[in-house]
Amino acid sequence: MKTSKSWILDYVDVPEGTTTEDITAALTRTGLKLEAIESAGAEISGPLVVGRVLTMEPEPQKNGKTINWCTVDVGDANGSGDPQGIVCGAHNFAPGDLVVVVLPGGVLPGGFEISARKTYGHVSAGMICSARELGLGEDHDGIIVLPQDAGEPGQDARGVLGLDEEVIELEVNPDRAYGLSLRGIARDVALSVSGASNFRDPALREVPPADDQGHPVVVDDPTGCPVFVARTVSGFDPTAATPDFISARLTAAGMRPISLAVDVTNYVMLETGRPIHGYDADKVQGALRVRRARAGERLTTLDGTDRELSAEDLVVTDDSGLIGLGGVMGGETTEMSASTSRVLIEAAHWDAVSMFRTGKRHKISSEAGKRNERGVDPTICEAAADRVVELLTTYGGATADPGHTVVGTPPPMAAVTMGLDRPARVSGLPIDADTVLALLEADGCVVAREGDALTATPPPWRPDITDPHDLVEEVVRLVGYDEIPSVLPPAPGGRGLTRVQALRRRIGRTLAGAGWVEVVDFPFVGERDLDVLGIPAADPRRQVLRLSNPLSSQAPAMTTTLLPGLLRAAARNVGLGTTSVALFEAAPVVLPRGTEAAPILPVDRRPTDAEFDALLKALPDQPLHLGLVATGDAELPGWWGTGRGVDWSDAVDAVRAVADALGVQLTVAAAAEAPWHPGRCAELRVGEHLVGHAGELHPKVCDAVDLPRRSIAAEVDLDVLIEAAVHLRPAPSFSDYPAAKEDVALVVDERTPAAAVEAALREGAGPLLESVRLFDVYRGEQVGAGQVSLAFALRFRAPDRTLTDEETAGLREAAVVAATQRTGATQRS
Amino acid sequence: MSGPNSSFDPVEVAALSEEEVSRAVDAATAAFAAAATLEELKQARIDHAGDRSALALANREIGALPPQARKDAGQRVGRARGQVNQALAARQEVLEAEHEERMLAEETVDVTLPTTRRPRGARHPITLQSELIADIFVAMGWEIAEGPVVEAEWLNFDALNLGPDHPARTMQDTFWTEPADRHVVLRTQTSPVQARTMLTRQPPIYVACPGRVFRTDEYDATHSPMFHQVEGLVVDEGISMAHLKGSLDHLAARLFGEGIDTRFRPSYFPFTEPSAEVDVRCFVCRGVGSDACRTCRGEGWIEWGGCGVVNPRVLTACGVDPERYSGFAFGMGIDRSFMFRHGLEDLRPLFEGDVRFSAAFGTEI
Ligand SMILES: [Zn+2]
Repeated sequence: MKTSKSWILDYVDVPEGTTTEDITAALTRTGLKLEAIESAGAEISGPLVVGRVLTMEPEPQKNGKTINWCTVDVGDANGSGDPQGIVCGAHNFAPGDLVVVVLPGGVLPGGFEISARKTYGHVSAGMICSARELGLGEDHDGIIVLPQDAGEPGQDARGVLGLDEEVIELEVNPDRAYGLSLRGIARDVALSVSGASNFRDPALREVPPADDQGHPVVVDDPTGCPVFVARTVSGFDPTAATPDFISARLTAAGMRPISLAVDVTNYVMLETGRPIHGYDADKVQGALRVRRARAGERLTTLDGTDRELSAEDLVVTDDSGLIGLGGVMGGETTEMSASTSRVLIEAAHWDAVSMFRTGKRHKISSEAGKRNERGVDPTICEAAADRVVELLTTYGGATADPGHTVVGTPPPMAAVTMGLDRPARVSGLPIDADTVLALLEADGCVVAREGDALTATPPPWRPDITDPHDLVEEVVRLVGYDEIPSVLPPAPGGRGLTRVQALRRRIGRTLAGAGWVEVVDFPFVGERDLDVLGIPAADPRRQVLRLSNPLSSQAPAMTTTLLPGLLRAAARNVGLGTTSVALFEAAPVVLPRGTEAAPILPVDRRPTDAEFDALLKALPDQPLHLGLVATGDAELPGWWGTGRGVDWSDAVDAVRAVADALGVQLTVAAAAEAPWHPGRCAELRVGEHLVGHAGELHPKVCDAVDLPRRSIAAEVDLDVLIEAAVHLRPAPSFSDYPAAKEDVALVVDERTPAAAVEAALREGAGPLLESVRLFDVYRGEQVGAGQVSLAFALRFRAPDRTLTDEETAGLREAAVVAATQRTGATQRS
Repeated sequence: MSGPNSSFDPVEVAALSEEEVSRAVDAATAAFAAAATLEELKQARIDHAGDRSALALANREIGALPPQARKDAGQRVGRARGQVNQALAARQEVLEAEHEERMLAEETVDVTLPTTRRPRGARHPITLQSELIADIFVAMGWEIAEGPVVEAEWLNFDALNLGPDHPARTMQDTFWTEPADRHVVLRTQTSPVQARTMLTRQPPIYVACPGRVFRTDEYDATHSPMFHQVEGLVVDEGISMAHLKGSLDHLAARLFGEGIDTRFRPSYFPFTEPSAEVDVRCFVCRGVGSDACRTCRGEGWIEWGGCGVVNPRVLTACGVDPERYSGFAFGMGIDRSFMFRHGLEDLRPLFEGDVRFSAAFGTEI
């Protein structure tokens, strides 16, 4: 809500010396938050001065236009004191007139910069301004001619034009709809500004008594439209100009002046908060009727949109059919125009929920709708209509028709009961009963004390006050939130981070310590992202949860894999010149399940456990995933050597590092899963549970995402890993007897997994085998085609003795025998 | 004269003469001193202190002396060999020290060479900021609660006193999932975690809920369809706005520095009543609001979040007895807090995965 400061002060007095900042600070403290203080001419900068036209020579041009070559006295505003030469296309002035001149360097609304320029054979050094050019209105032809006593040449013209007026912009929350009116703002100024007094309610006026002589109105739905007031004026002059104070105040409020009749209805809406609709009375046929629309009925609204209506929409009809979407937007057929001479004024109170639904359904956001859906004082319809009549008769030459239609009565406000000590208990401030009663009365409530409680009937402009806590807020805001003391609640015996939370941190630290950089990406995905990864149609990762209103049609669903975002980020880094990157992200993915809806449960009680379970079951699975992507060098080249590019094993090792940090034993097996290289993809398991995959990316995927080939990736389900994390690790015991070391080289078919050979060795060697480490892999002529030699270092140790050479040799032999039996390994001689 | 002297050999005896022994010592000492390297010293040792050296040979002749002369000669040779060995050891020590010094000098490296063979890893600053905030609450005895990002409409709105016709629903531009009649949304706030907490446990409740939230905001320097919030919820007997103020002042001081506190302005949130917007004192100008302060743009205070007393309607919907318990709740942007804490003006680097950004913060903030 924007308003000029002077308009507020029409309705309330503040002590001498009260600054704009004093007023806005007080309003902010009590709930109408200051957004900005601007001057009305904020869009105009640079020299804008009063000028006196000295000479004016009409010069006909080839194009048929006549321009005026003028010299204008601008005092010493131009630095020289010499007359300023300016070309002007308007003709509504004469030498000796006072005009408004923008000099070179000035900027007009719309960012229009003024400079001295050659035109029509002259150097025109500035511009003589029209109201339109200054953003002051649309309805003036020609330039502004100021009254002779308006000012001296060279004087800043802003003060003369009212452009120096301060405009206050307030943020109005849904519970303070009264703040969308000068009436409400002025009342809060009276309540909150130190020394403010004499609030004059613009909606408090003598109105003529209702009668049956006015325009006939029938309300079929008094719930949707409890009050409907109609007044008519005749003999209105549609060419009458809007008075300057109205157009200036509308402009300051951010509304465009259009015509007197429209401007007056907007002015009264801003003044009282009550939206008004004006019909061209000559176009209305017969009685106005308010009813709900029938589904499928159509109406073309003022904005030219043909709308199909729903059975919930409230409409206004006449004998011709639908003529308006009640309280939201009028219809085209009865719109006021440049020839309207009779105006039918509607001031009606509408059901806020219907207004909200209709506005939302038809995507109409209007100043009237904004107020009607938040709730307007239902008792001021007659006053608002009367104020419109007053302004149309005063400034538009109209006369008020006899007759004053009032249908319905304002719904009563529901009283709220509250313990007198509640404001003190809720705020932690010592607010006594008398203070509570006095503040609520000042706030407009009708208050009655009943023992330890009070009953307050809120004022009609506060439909938001329905609960005891609403009364508490009124009391506390008027006492002042600044008064609330700062007290730490007593510390509970907290249990610290959960184990899962602690382990997630451990995972992040482990990866960062291993050289991986964490990134955060949006979880949105599109078909194409999955195509690029080569994910087959039947893959569960294709089962995405779609969004009804995605920001981008390229990514309209919740992602099932973290890899698309990581690949994009990696490619972006490479593109920016960071050619070696290792990225990770830990974030939930969304895996839809079932088709049950999440019920909308009651709110007046706790849902039953069954209801709550049904709600939770309707949600998709959202496991926490860990994604990793790396490209470039694992070890950089430098003085130490040539470096080492990342390979599939770095991906597997990163996951292993995470598993180790959790104390989880991973088993690794070959797999062929998109988007990995089919021969370089590891499947990682904890026991029977699949955790994820790691390895080198498929070369086609690398090409498609603009990453160098051999880039690597991994994606695992952290929930599974964390679930498997060991809770209490038993302390190890070590033997201090010497170890016996044996190396063994085994030749196997190259398709035999090294892990299988190692497992066989362990099995065969038994418990005295302390460790086994694969230290060399050799392919070549010496082992034959299709064969590979695997060299293992075995270390044996007994807990209770030094192993003899014979024992060690026997253990080694047993290990080799097992490997031979299980994997067909032969010892390399 | 007695017999045994008859075998006396004057030549051999000459080797044991005082002059000869002393000459041998001098020769050895000179040779050692002349040895410039450990190699040369080794040769000199062989020559002058070895089995074939003059003194060793002389020593063998002692037996040939008449008994009465043996002791004298033996002492003389023994002393001489001692002197030689001493000189040898001294020289050995000098040469070894020289050798070591030379060797170490030769092994000198340029310690200013780069040492980072692997690029350093880093965690995301928003993760770090979230953990820092979580730690502050945990230190106060609170717990950290979490919930899913794809959430039931009822938990995101209705249970929080945001009925279907509440105007405030349009204040939060919500991502809806298909089909719309399944009533599933991307949570617009972390508040549904508060509802879940109240629905699944009994007071006293002291929890903070950090997490990702979503709004249909076009992505620009100050808006993002995904951002991070932390909310706090306390439900206990006798809880008031004073406790809310105390908790937020404490958080502000821990996060932004000693003496940094908050102020409240009346506001509106369906979840709370009374409601307040909370500003945090600018930690750069400490609330003075000098025009030069870029952090608060001269305001002295920075808009931080929203808070209030939990609306009794919310307690009812979540199964908490509003007559017995009261509570407070608050929420603020983690990204936003990070941005003004670290002077970041455009939020987009948070979500674009440029390693240079995360790397600048390392593993702690
Ligand atoms: Zn500051």
